[in-house]
Amino acid sequence: MKDPAFLEGYRDAELVKGILKQIHQRVTCHWSLMEICGGQTHAIMQSGLDQLLPDAIELVHGPGCPVCVTALELIDQALWIASQPNVILTSFGDMLRVPGSQGDLFSIRAAGGQVKVVYSPMDAVRIAREKPDQQVVFFAIGFETTAPANAMAVIQAEKLQLSNFSILPANVLVPPAMHAILSSPGNRIQGFLAAGHVCAVMGYWEYPSIAEKYQVPIVVTGFEPLDLLNGILKTVTLLEAGEVRVENAYPRAVTYEGNQAAQDLVKRVFEPVDRNWRGIGTIPKSGYGLQKQYRNFDAGQRFDIKELHTEESKICIAGQILQGRKTPSQCPAFGTQCTPYTPLGAPMVSSEGACAAYYRFRRKH
Amino acid sequence: MCLGIPGKILTIYEDHGTKMAEIDFGGVRREACVEVIPDAEPGDWTIIHAGFALNLLSESEALETLEMLKEMSELAEQEQPEPRE
Repeated sequence: MKDPAFLEGYRDAELVKGILKQIHQRVTCHWSLMEICGGQTHAIMQSGLDQLLPDAIELVHGPGCPVCVTALELIDQALWIASQPNVILTSFGDMLRVPGSQGDLFSIRAAGGQVKVVYSPMDAVRIAREKPDQQVVFFAIGFETTAPANAMAVIQAEKLQLSNFSILPANVLVPPAMHAILSSPGNRIQGFLAAGHVCAVMGYWEYPSIAEKYQVPIVVTGFEPLDLLNGILKTVTLLEAGEVRVENAYPRAVTYEGNQAAQDLVKRVFEPVDRNWRGIGTIPKSGYGLQKQYRNFDAGQRFDIKELHTEESKICIAGQILQGRKTPSQCPAFGTQCTPYTPLGAPMVSSEGACAAYYRFRRKH
Repeated sequence: MCLGIPGKILTIYEDHGTKMAEIDFGGVRREACVEVIPDAEPGDWTIIHAGFALNLLSESEALETLEMLKEMSELAEQEQPEPRE
């Protein structure tokens, strides 16, 4: 069974050609746009849009890959937790091959640690319910998109009175990262494609003040080829007209206010905390920590984690790639020492990482 | 990570006090939590991420955007006719 016309239409090749033509007609000078979301980076490369757009449009890949920006110390904590007896560490599959200071979750599993891949945080709660004699920890990474599911897992565990469930909170937030990028010296981003599924949850009421402050148009953008082109067309049209505004090119999933019930759920469980982004540094109020009444579900408190010595790869330039300063092909290790099978840095691991996208779709530039 | 897959809600039920649904993803059926889309009904379309519904999908908005894109595309054809052979 294929998707209905209202969804299938967003992959229509003739329409893609028409919108591309519009973009080519409108562009008169060079513009640097950032797609925040790593899922969009992959969608752009998979459909080859980067090669069909005018050369004057530069797409800079943003830090929107939660696996890539999860701080090394949190990964090391997860590795430590996973190697404890009577503990099951649960995680999204992407996280397993991300290198910590020493090894990854796969190597912990190979050494006898219990590491389980889950499709949803709620699956981790189910495992905790089924194995009351084991401590079950969920590695709660993700952006605002994943925060409601992570919050729901905590609420479910509370409802079921599970004393053997906890999370390692690692959620990160998009708007503080946009502030960090736009206020960094040498910033060259002139327009943003905002991440559609983050906005499906959060709405886009946070963006007009960012657009205003830094004088950049921001367009909420979806993930199908026509969604991406629509977002790019709207952004370029605003830039060419010298207008600064926030527009929504993904209205079938996103409203200005967002999903209020989802935001309420997140607020009930989490509060904004400062967070260290791998390769970028600490960004104020850019992550979610557990609210006071839910801190008994914080794995960081439940386990007596000793001070861990963290050490980054000396060759990997992931930080510069995540900030849009370099492209993966500018890395000396790209495709040689560093491949998705033997990654030196997280962007080569994740299905959303820019390095993995370049490797998979064989981009040289 | 922020991968969201559109799916059609088949049935809605409660599991341990949490609102869940069976979702049809183009023939593949999976369970997802629909706690934050309180107005959802069977037959509605939603976006699922990590086993969790993010929002309802609006069919009318989807068609409206497509219609707008078609007009834009036609405009591009008119503005710059193909060179004659």
